Amino acid sequence: MTAGSGEPKVDVQADGPEDAGQWSAKLRRAAVSAFPPGRLLPDRQPAYVASWIYVFGALTLAALAIVVLSGSVLAIEGPTWWHLSRVGLFVNSMHLWSVELFFFFMVIHLWGKFFMAAWRGRRRATWITGVLSFVVSVAAAFSGYLSQQNFDSQWIATQAKDGINATGAGAFFNVLNFGQMLMWHILLLPAAVGLLVIVHILLVRRRGVVPPFAPDPGDLVEPDRGATAGDPTVARMAAP
Amino acid sequence: MAIRQALVGGLAQSVIDLNGPGRYVHWGFIQISVANLVVIALMFVVFVAAILVPFPKRRGEDR
Repeated sequence: MTAGSGEPKVDVQADGPEDAGQWSAKLRRAAVSAFPPGRLLPDRQPAYVASWIYVFGALTLAALAIVVLSGSVLAIEGPTWWHLSRVGLFVNSMHLWSVELFFFFMVIHLWGKFFMAAWRGRRRATWITGVLSFVVSVAAAFSGYLSQQNFDSQWIATQAKDGINATGAGAFFNVLNFGQMLMWHILLLPAAVGLLVIVHILLVRRRGVVPPFAPDPGDLVEPDRGATAGDPTVARMAAP
Repeated sequence: MAIRQALVGGLAQSVIDLNGPGRYVHWGFIQISVANLVVIALMFVVFVAAILVPFPKRRGEDR
């Protein structure tokens, strides 16, 4: 079905009137209403996004993709391979350094969004899912150190056990139990990070990228050009 | 191959000497490794650069 402008129109209607009350039809209508395709995968962003500080969210996602891919290869091949073979050592190092870059980019993204007060404009849930992603990622990285299968992981586990036990989490998160830590590292925590990141991105798409603070009215007047009310960039910046 | 490994290994060692215990900075109750401090300093530098360095414009874009 196409609209008059030639743009394809998304068909969200139920197959028949009697199907409109089904949960699948309701869910489809709600999903398309919240995330129309143009909003879910936009072609353009507002003018204020043309700054390097807005790049670090995407860089964090790129690093996360490399983390997951290299971790998947490590899971297929196993510890003997990643400790002894040259390719295994390379993929092991790639997993480590992509995690380093993941946190590097995520912290800069966090600083940028903090100083933008990115929770403005009904974006509290976006901020909170970002914070949770960071915290769960720290736990995922920690369980990764415990899953290396070397003296380093044994040292970290014995040093961490007292601190973890003091919090009470040791009852179900035993850092000396390698099998349990491996399962946390390759299943539970990556699943949690992945879910939080997906929700975070969907919320960014739903609410849009946070705009800069509106400048003072006096700042909008440039003496040599006169009033800038007609400047589309300024108009967008001043919008709530 | 041995020569190449010696050259590459020697070059890496001349930049960062990993043969020995890590170096730490003590400042009151704060204790941090030099390596972690360097990473944090790098993050600050990249953060400031991301704000100050102009973003490239599209060809023909006037804003």
